[in-house]
Amino acid sequence: MSKKLLSAPYLVWMIGFTIIPLALIVYYGLTDRSGAFTLENIMAIATPERMNALIRSLKLSLISTAVCLVLAYPLAMILKSLKVKQSSFIVFIFILPMWMNFLLRTMAWQTLLDRNGVINQILNFLHLPQLNIINTQTAIVFGMVYNFLPFMVLPIYNVLVKIGDDTVEAARDLGANSVQTFFRVILPLSVPGVVSGITMVFVPALTTFVISDLLGGGMVLLIGNVIEQEFTFTANWNQGAGLSLVLMVFILISMALLAKYDKDGEGASF
Amino acid sequence: MKKRMLAAALAAMMCVSFTAGCGGGSEDSGEKVYVYNWGEYIDEEVIQMFEEETGIEVVYDTFETNEEMYPVIEAGGRVYDVVCPSDYMIEKMIANDLLAEINFDNVPNIQYVSDSIMEGSKAFDPENKYSVPYTFGTLGILYNTSMIDEEITSWTSLWNEEYEGNILMYNSPRDLFTAPLAILGYSLNTTDENELNEAKEMLLEQKPLVQRYVMDQIKDSMISGSAAIAMCYSGEVLQLQEGNSDLAYVVPEEGSNYFIDSWVIPANAENKENAEAWINFLNKPEIALKNFEYITYSTPNTGAQELMDEELLSNPAVFPGEDILSKCEVFHSLGEEGDDLFNEMWMEIRDADV
Repeated sequence: MSKKLLSAPYLVWMIGFTIIPLALIVYYGLTDRSGAFTLENIMAIATPERMNALIRSLKLSLISTAVCLVLAYPLAMILKSLKVKQSSFIVFIFILPMWMNFLLRTMAWQTLLDRNGVINQILNFLHLPQLNIINTQTAIVFGMVYNFLPFMVLPIYNVLVKIGDDTVEAARDLGANSVQTFFRVILPLSVPGVVSGITMVFVPALTTFVISDLLGGGMVLLIGNVIEQEFTFTANWNQGAGLSLVLMVFILISMALLAKYDKDGEGASF
Repeated sequence: MKKRMLAAALAAMMCVSFTAGCGGGSEDSGEKVYVYNWGEYIDEEVIQMFEEETGIEVVYDTFETNEEMYPVIEAGGRVYDVVCPSDYMIEKMIANDLLAEINFDNVPNIQYVSDSIMEGSKAFDPENKYSVPYTFGTLGILYNTSMIDEEITSWTSLWNEEYEGNILMYNSPRDLFTAPLAILGYSLNTTDENELNEAKEMLLEQKPLVQRYVMDQIKDSMISGSAAIAMCYSGEVLQLQEGNSDLAYVVPEEGSNYFIDSWVIPANAENKENAEAWINFLNKPEIALKNFEYITYSTPNTGAQELMDEELLSNPAVFPGEDILSKCEVFHSLGEEGDDLFNEMWMEIRDADV
């Protein structure tokens, strides 16, 4: 009884902030403005602009996830090889920027990358060619990688530190060279972390609209922007909710695919 | 109209300090007036002056958008005596019987309000019965004279290939479409699909020249010189010119959009006469001038205009001139279908590859 009582706040939280909102999205997504059932909001994804936006979002978020993975894995390996004190210091430095608001950091990049921004002024001073990536897809990928990289590093690092030195030594004793050790021992053991990292980067990257607004200058339309526009400009909640459902399907598919590799949920220990 | 968005925090603070603080200062007649205004949209001293002169206590609250204000008035949970919405929202409030007719016998200072603005108000208040204009502003072109040699007079300059990569456009569809619709000579309130399609084609053609579609960031970019030419609402201009004296503002000869924010009295107001006293007080020339100096949005008060110096009056950001103003049009609410049409076209423009 008392245990049930203790879980009550979480139950209220889950119902209030997850289940009810989800039900509302489904309700709005499957009805039109007058409240009648319709599939139009979902089918709207087939219009060329929205489909392009979805494809573009998938493309950019896949690229940023790949870039994050390539950057994060070696970093996690380095962190693992350091002494505890050093590595926790570096992890600390790494997550320090996350204490600052995500919006502010992205806005800061907008100013840095701007055509007359700090970076270009320095390049100009050094007589180097200008960096003109602001308001392009490149800038958006950059923003995604910058913002979400810690979400890739930490789960991988968490899994890697749990691989004991004796495991690695055992592999070496049995005749594996360092390349073989990595590919046949460390990498397979770290898959849960990688999977968790991929989810944590891919999902927010797929749904972002702030990064594309700030660093893309409104020139690049992502599916997040489409949904935002449905809500804010035409106040068409039904359409916005319908497209959110479509997006949710993609997220669920990606999670289902990844869950196959992370059966024990080890990487989730964030 | 956009400046107010940034002032959210300040406005909230103001709101608290006024509701809490102002009661004690004035002579206590027990009379009150409940005012609901945009954040950062009045010189605070004016509120005190009103209380001292009339003995009416002001209870002052602020909102950030018309859309946020509307349900408050509609629900009537908190009753306000005098509110300051924008044109299209006044139209909606009149249509839904939310407003009371103003007794102009109690507002003699209406004589100071410019005839052309009263005329313009008829777009949303056809008989000038419900609203008294407080501020107005135009949509125009802001450009940097150190980067652009010619004198800009037309919206077509935003399609000039020389300025490739230096053009900023608004990322709100109604504002964005103003430029091509004005060039084409169509109404800014058109919902004719062919007319809008023509405008859309122009914007698609323009996209490769555009640096980005933005709202508030126009300020930073124009002050720093990252962009040379931009769409801009006049209310921002004086502030921007303080930041960069090379900036010039013009309302293009083809005409443009202008907005009017007016005082209205909700139908359920409990202190209607006090509300009229408030409106009358704000239209005293010296008070209107004081307010103008603080909020820098153009005042329709001719009495205040007479008190201004030549330099201000000749700035088209402050007073676009009657001939230009007569070509300008107030936005009407286009209804769901109109909005959907704009939405689809705007999405198509955003989707286009550069």
